[in-house]
Amino acid sequence: MMNLKAPPPGGKLTTRPAQPAIAATGLRKSFGDHLVLDGIDLDVTEGTVYALLGPNGSGKTTTVQILSTLLPADAGAVRVAGHDLGTEPALIRAAIGVTGQFSAVDNLLTGQENLILMADLYHLDRAEGRRRAAGLLDRFDLADAAGKMAATYSGGMRRRLDLAMTLVGQPRIIFLDEPTTGLDPRSRRTMWEIIRGLVADGVTIFLTTQYLDEADQLADRIAVLDHGRLVAVGTPGELKRLIPGGHIQVQFSDAAGLTAAARTLGQAAPDADALTLQVPYDGSVGSLKALLDRLDGQAIPAGGLSVHTPDLDDVFFALTGQPRPEPDPTQTRAGQDNPR
Amino acid sequence: MSALSLAARDSATMLRRDALHALRFPMMTISGMLLPVLLLLLFAGVFGHALAASLGAAPGGTTYIDYLAPGILVMTAGFAAEATAVNVNTDAGEGIIARFRTMAISRASVLTGQVAGSTIRTVISAVLVVGIALLLGFRPTASPVEWIAAAGVFAMLTVALTWLTVSFGLLAKTPGGANSLALLPAFLPFVSSAFIPTGSMPAGVRWFAENEPFTPVINTLRGLLTGTPIGHDAVLAVLWCAVLTLAGYLWARRLYNRPPAR
Repeated sequence: MMNLKAPPPGGKLTTRPAQPAIAATGLRKSFGDHLVLDGIDLDVTEGTVYALLGPNGSGKTTTVQILSTLLPADAGAVRVAGHDLGTEPALIRAAIGVTGQFSAVDNLLTGQENLILMADLYHLDRAEGRRRAAGLLDRFDLADAAGKMAATYSGGMRRRLDLAMTLVGQPRIIFLDEPTTGLDPRSRRTMWEIIRGLVADGVTIFLTTQYLDEADQLADRIAVLDHGRLVAVGTPGELKRLIPGGHIQVQFSDAAGLTAAARTLGQAAPDADALTLQVPYDGSVGSLKALLDRLDGQAIPAGGLSVHTPDLDDVFFALTGQPRPEPDPTQTRAGQDNPR
Repeated sequence: MSALSLAARDSATMLRRDALHALRFPMMTISGMLLPVLLLLLFAGVFGHALAASLGAAPGGTTYIDYLAPGILVMTAGFAAEATAVNVNTDAGEGIIARFRTMAISRASVLTGQVAGSTIRTVISAVLVVGIALLLGFRPTASPVEWIAAAGVFAMLTVALTWLTVSFGLLAKTPGGANSLALLPAFLPFVSSAFIPTGSMPAGVRWFAENEPFTPVINTLRGLLTGTPIGHDAVLAVLWCAVLTLAGYLWARRLYNRPPAR
């Protein structure tokens, strides 16, 4: 069912620089009448972070479930870790680790028992299993809570335990389905640091997120998923270049300065209450200097200045024609401009 | 490692997980195991005299507790199976089960671990029931070989019912639904030869009671423990257990291997 197309010839060509960690073509999936994935292609290079970005219901979790052998696809050719998804799911399972959107810890076991359970299921010997469990408890700042039931853990601790359990088997490819959804900003940053550490160790990460800044922060490549189709794939920089312009915001100390500057600079949007002026900006040093020179030439004192480059919010809007995914209370700063 | 030893190792790991669950809430585990003991006390102490009197001399010339104890033993297996269905259903909703599915482990080991854990708890519960029954005047005449045979029949019934109720647990959408489905094995013994001989029942009920799976198992246990005639009930009991085990196992495995619902 999986092999409607011939598998890529990667297995035979030894001269190929690096085989992709994940390669999918024409991946399709429907639930009844509801088309969830409408023919998506993925090419994830080993040792990189690939972010699948999209709003709720765009098909992110379904993609992860298919790639991690949980769900069968309706059509498409998929290879994960060099193995065919349709014929060698067991070999894929041995190479991957999955940390799902909904916590995959055993709530009735303690943190340590959860890790030892994983060690046993990875068929590690007892001493090695205990050693890895202790190491992970330390590394993920869970040593103090090691003897407490996972049900008593906070959201951030639970997510860390979840990922630690995935790491017991030292997988080469890790799927992270919305790893920071619902976390407070601090736990979120901790999780980002952990993910960066994994990449430094050479692990391939396939990440889904609805947070645009998260993809921007972590990913080498981003695929934007909307209603089961990939609407754009590229580096964060490439995606940002898809849309025009940022702006410069100049702060004034009084209304007179603001009025004078607005008159001098022409096409600018003044905000009389905040005493700020927004000036379109192409990102070059020259145009920044020109702006300052013109203010200087008129002897208009500017109190402050900030440069705003376009971020992925703008990209998402430009690509899908939709406003960005609904804001999450824990994510108030995610959709803001990026002051640089 | 061969596939079989791998499956055995993973199942042992899952059994340890099941045991940790049982130990985490000891009161719940203990109260579950004590339920059949309460039932024994209820029937022996409250209904026993009336039932024994209305039946005249208990069949086989024995006392009512001798007649009753094997029936309560079978109910022990039924009640434990009901708890298994609820446990399996609750567990199946946990994210960790999805994690197990993405790991290179023996697929059925989660279920095998639960069946093994439940079987062990049922056997402990049954030992308690026999102990209390002995205190209440139960006087089995079984030889050591007959005791072993009785234990074997009881274990077969427990495994059969447990696999069946694991399926119920996987089939139901909520723990409440699983509980309702599993009431069947918990209450079927009431319409059997557990408490009164089937001969004393109205014709339709009697036909049902004589042909349902619990009756041959109870008659076999009763025969082994107290020396009443067994006849072809032993063969029927083993057949029923084998069929239910196979059906329950295959059904449970199929349900477990379904892609997770969205």
